Amino acid sequence: MIKMLFIASVLISQTAAAEISSTRQDELLYFLKQDCGSCHGLTLKGGLGPALLPETLAGKPRDYLVTTIMEGRKDTAMPPWKSMLTREEAAWLTQQLQTGIIQQTAFAKGKAK
Amino acid sequence: MMRQLLTLFVILPVLLLWQNSLAEGCPADNNTVRGTGDLGIVIERASGSVQIIETSHNTSLGRVEGLGDLSHASAVYSRDERYAYVFGRDGGLSKIDILNKKLVKRILQSGNSIGGAISQDGRLVAVSNYTPGGVKIFDADSLELVANIPATYGNHLQRSKVIGLVDAPGRKFVFSLWDAGEIWVADLSSPGNPTITKFKDIGKNPYDGLITPDGRYYIAGLFGEDGMALLDLWHLDAGVKRILDHYGKGEQKLPVFKMPHLEGWAIAGNLAFVPAVGRHEVLVIDMLDWSEAGRIKVHGQPVFVMARPDGRHVWVNFAVPDNDTLQVIDSQSLQIIKTLTPGKGVLHMEFEPRGEQVWASVRDEDRLAVFDTETFEQLNTLEAQKPSGIFFTSRAHRTGL
Repeated sequence: MIKMLFIASVLISQTAAAEISSTRQDELLYFLKQDCGSCHGLTLKGGLGPALLPETLAGKPRDYLVTTIMEGRKDTAMPPWKSMLTREEAAWLTQQLQTGIIQQTAFAKGKAK
Repeated sequence: MMRQLLTLFVILPVLLLWQNSLAEGCPADNNTVRGTGDLGIVIERASGSVQIIETSHNTSLGRVEGLGDLSHASAVYSRDERYAYVFGRDGGLSKIDILNKKLVKRILQSGNSIGGAISQDGRLVAVSNYTPGGVKIFDADSLELVANIPATYGNHLQRSKVIGLVDAPGRKFVFSLWDAGEIWVADLSSPGNPTITKFKDIGKNPYDGLITPDGRYYIAGLFGEDGMALLDLWHLDAGVKRILDHYGKGEQKLPVFKMPHLEGWAIAGNLAFVPAVGRHEVLVIDMLDWSEAGRIKVHGQPVFVMARPDGRHVWVNFAVPDNDTLQVIDSQSLQIIKTLTPGKGVLHMEFEPRGEQVWASVRDEDRLAVFDTETFEQLNTLEAQKPSGIFFTSRAHRTGL
């Protein structure tokens, strides 16, 4: 079952990734690290904003998280990012965060641009 | 005569060589004598290192590594300007010997911290923490814990993130509680037994605080509502007063992509300059009566608003997506007199002690840019890994920095 879920998530990941160029993916990861990192920490362990680690995001519906990124959250410091991101890009970022893929990839190595 | 000339020709080069070898062959950790008044550190946020630079010739002297997560970091200096205390995001407090380029001691004092301050007498270093929310105070020599001040509020079970921590005269530290909307004054005259004076309902979500250079007024900027909270430390009994509270009434705020910072106090004459939250404006405050004296339209949402030491100009950088730009405001005409575009990710700037040059971090280009503050020409550029905060030793002798 876990294996199937894993395969499913890889498939989803590939579908989403297919719509976003690898150059843009690198830009998004850089953005996540440097700009989201201002409040959530470069290592995503939190700051003024909460941690964005797979375990803290576990069980939260992806749509809800995507909407939080795009629309912000009222009465908190989380702004709406829709002027800088498309919904697909926010979905891709959310998926990276939830699956923790970025922890082992370019993001963790501090790859720029 | 011929012989004398010959001697000169032989001796002179030898002398010059000897001098050169003296000048070049001096690693910092031997017994070379050097002052530290022209030194500074630059936070390299992604690699957890700081670079040590000097401002007499604008060069890099080396790097100290192993400082943890510096995604948000700041620093203060010992009064002898030899040691830098670096406050990292991961709760790390690092003491660096900038002369010898060595990490003297590093402790992980909390899960998540935001900044710090050093006491008037240089004996105590205070750190403001997000997790668990509060302030911890350490002996500046040993980094041993001296006092722990949990930022409890409400039913005393909740703890608030602490921001805007500054030192104040009389061995005091002043700070604000983001979640609770309070300002606390901690008197460390008796270090192990701090006396806390709390001011409640100062406004929603104070995001940063600063103190005037004379150490009299503490001001917290508010994120959750308009205006700022002002506390006169000479008259604590008068309480906290709201200033600029009419500001922006009925106007739609822009999304705030980066929290502004209140660092130092941009003062020119009786005018003070602060970033407006969620607006492309710098606010001007008349310090004689704390009223609004003007609003200056700027390129983006200001993050740092800093006066050149002589107060004649005010330099401003901006939040993403406008963080490739710096603007300079004339403090008398309140007009923008220069717009510079050093590159993407201009995160911080620091004036040299007397203000003739300013250093800027250009994160996305992995470099520092040094500008002449009269001609606005770029004088130098130095390599740095994802640089953010720049801190010169001259801060050692300024209250609140």
